[in-house]
Amino acid sequence: MKARVYVSLKSTVLDAQGKTIRSALSGLGYRSVADVRQGKYFEISIEPGVSPEQARREVDTLAQDVLTNPVIETCRVEFDD
Amino acid sequence: MKFGVIVFPGSNCDHDAWYAASHNFGQEARFIWHDEHALGDVDVVILPGGFSYGDYLRCGAIARFSPVMAAVRKFAADGGLVAGICNGFQILVESGLLPGALMRNAGLKFVCAPVRIAAATTNSPFTNACEAGRPLTIPVAHGEGCYYADERTLDELEAEDRIAFRYIDNPNGSLRDIAGILNAGRNVMGMMPHPERATEPLVGSTGGRVIFESLIGALTLAR
Repeated sequence: MKARVYVSLKSTVLDAQGKTIRSALSGLGYRSVADVRQGKYFEISIEPGVSPEQARREVDTLAQDVLTNPVIETCRVEFDD
Repeated sequence: MKFGVIVFPGSNCDHDAWYAASHNFGQEARFIWHDEHALGDVDVVILPGGFSYGDYLRCGAIARFSPVMAAVRKFAADGGLVAGICNGFQILVESGLLPGALMRNAGLKFVCAPVRIAAATTNSPFTNACEAGRPLTIPVAHGEGCYYADERTLDELEAEDRIAFRYIDNPNGSLRDIAGILNAGRNVMGMMPHPERATEPLVGSTGGRVIFESLIGALTLAR
């Protein structure tokens, strides 16, 4: 079982890196790009034998408490069974 | 006064803080390793600058979980004086001991330069010897020093006179030019500039001395 955690900046927070990437892309001629927001992606492998319920509970908690800074970021968690 | 300087793996201003307190101000100062569970009989704790735990995940995000931080949290809750400088400030916001967050500098570059800041309040143990608004030249050295908090928190900090220092020349895009803040109890302070690197003429500036003088004055009064 694997979990995927996506951490992104809240929409109200200025993303200086995303803005710079966007302007580099438009400088390169990519005209279809309106905006870029940069985030983080974590791939978490679950120990064999751990129940899916426990894994979900733990990953949800660690994603909120450790991987995300709630002042500036939000997260989304997905599981592969 | 006894200064305790916390040492995390990756701290690199711990010796500067220790040197400033002991050599330039004649105070007793000792290092406290991040694995320790007790602080001992210190009067003030300094969380120094550097790159604790390599700044992995987010600056200060891993340091917040080290054993010594439980002791620092308790020390702060009991009214002990805690100053976080640069990475120390980042650790304090990650720990929730101070509000807000420190984000990538608006210009995206690591800024290593002397900047001018001014105390925004003199009502704190860290700024009582300062003159509000008087420029102090103190170096900054950070890539992630852009102070962010939501509008409500910023208004609250201003209303409660909890902005310790403001930049005169904002080097990183910090909201409302915030260079340092206080907690509600006014005994925990975090700032991005490095006062410990500006305590003797040999290193180019003495702008940081008044912050140490404030601390030592506050502790002397408390005795």
